[in-house]
Amino acid sequence: MMNEYDYMLLILGMCMVTFLPRWLPVFFLSNRQLPTWFEKWLELIPVALLSAILLPSLIITKNPMGINVFSKELLVAVPTFIIAFYSRSLAGTILGGMFLYWLTVSW
Amino acid sequence: MTFDTLKDDLLSGFWAAWPICLGYVPLGLTLGVLGQKAGLSPVEMAVMSLFVFAGSSQFIAVAMIMGNASHMAIIMTTFVVNLRHLLMSSSLSLVLRGKNRVALTIFSHTITDESFVINSEKFKQRSWNLRRAVVVNYTAYASWVISTVTGTYSGRFISENAFGMDYAMTAMFICLLVMQLNGRIHVVTGLISGVIAVGTALYLPGNWYIIIASVLAATLGSIIRTKSIKPEGHHHDE
Repeated sequence: MMNEYDYMLLILGMCMVTFLPRWLPVFFLSNRQLPTWFEKWLELIPVALLSAILLPSLIITKNPMGINVFSKELLVAVPTFIIAFYSRSLAGTILGGMFLYWLTVSW
Repeated sequence: MTFDTLKDDLLSGFWAAWPICLGYVPLGLTLGVLGQKAGLSPVEMAVMSLFVFAGSSQFIAVAMIMGNASHMAIIMTTFVVNLRHLLMSSSLSLVLRGKNRVALTIFSHTITDESFVINSEKFKQRSWNLRRAVVVNYTAYASWVISTVTGTYSGRFISENAFGMDYAMTAMFICLLVMQLNGRIHVVTGLISGVIAVGTALYLPGNWYIIIASVLAATLGSIIRTKSIKPEGHHHDE
């Protein structure tokens, strides 16, 4: 096990590499006019990021690495999507999704 | 700023942040348990959560500490896993134009996947402001720090998947994605990004697939949008 000094050095390094990507763009881009094409590009980033994080988490399995289109996660995602679409409620979707997943797993 | 607006900002921030906390608490407890197994004290866990505040890289870091990895390896891995925040921070800069730089710095330290999507969604409403966004970020931050530290004491308080908690984050992402799907170009971009992400996740190590898929999909989406504008330029579905 490492000593306190070593640990603080590690945390300092991790802090720098997590803080800078969060801080630099918002700090330096927010006080200037960006080119229109770049603004339009950035406007598509939220949906792209969400989808890129979500979809692999639903259908990719680890150990062994592969695709499973019948995963419990994806199965529950379908009704959860429908709840979200019609309710537009974050709280409702989360509670509904949790309940459906709980049902699927504990059956 | 009157007391009433402060109260309003706090309340709307908390109200927007609670779903994030619901997802963070079970994750944080689990991380705390792992941290304790890796030999971290509650104080060391608190320090990591306060200064790093990045769920997946903290899990990886704890596993690497357990495996006696070098500092450099842990820091580089953390860097790569969190590079996606560059995109989120850039995207948020659009709605934070001209804001106080101290406030922006305080805000930016706690940008995460979850608070990013909640705030992006909320900033579409006129009533949303930087103070409310800060409340969202720091409420989530507090729940993360508290739950990771609690985890180091607990062994495990709640059993695996109690009340379907493991699915809280996924359900939240699904709902946020649905809310983002306004206009055909957003649906197309989302589909492209998801397909590229699945394809690259199978072959690339780490979290690179998130950055690669997002950048490619936003670029393709922009190109498609430009091409599909009618020659007169009036009325396309945006």
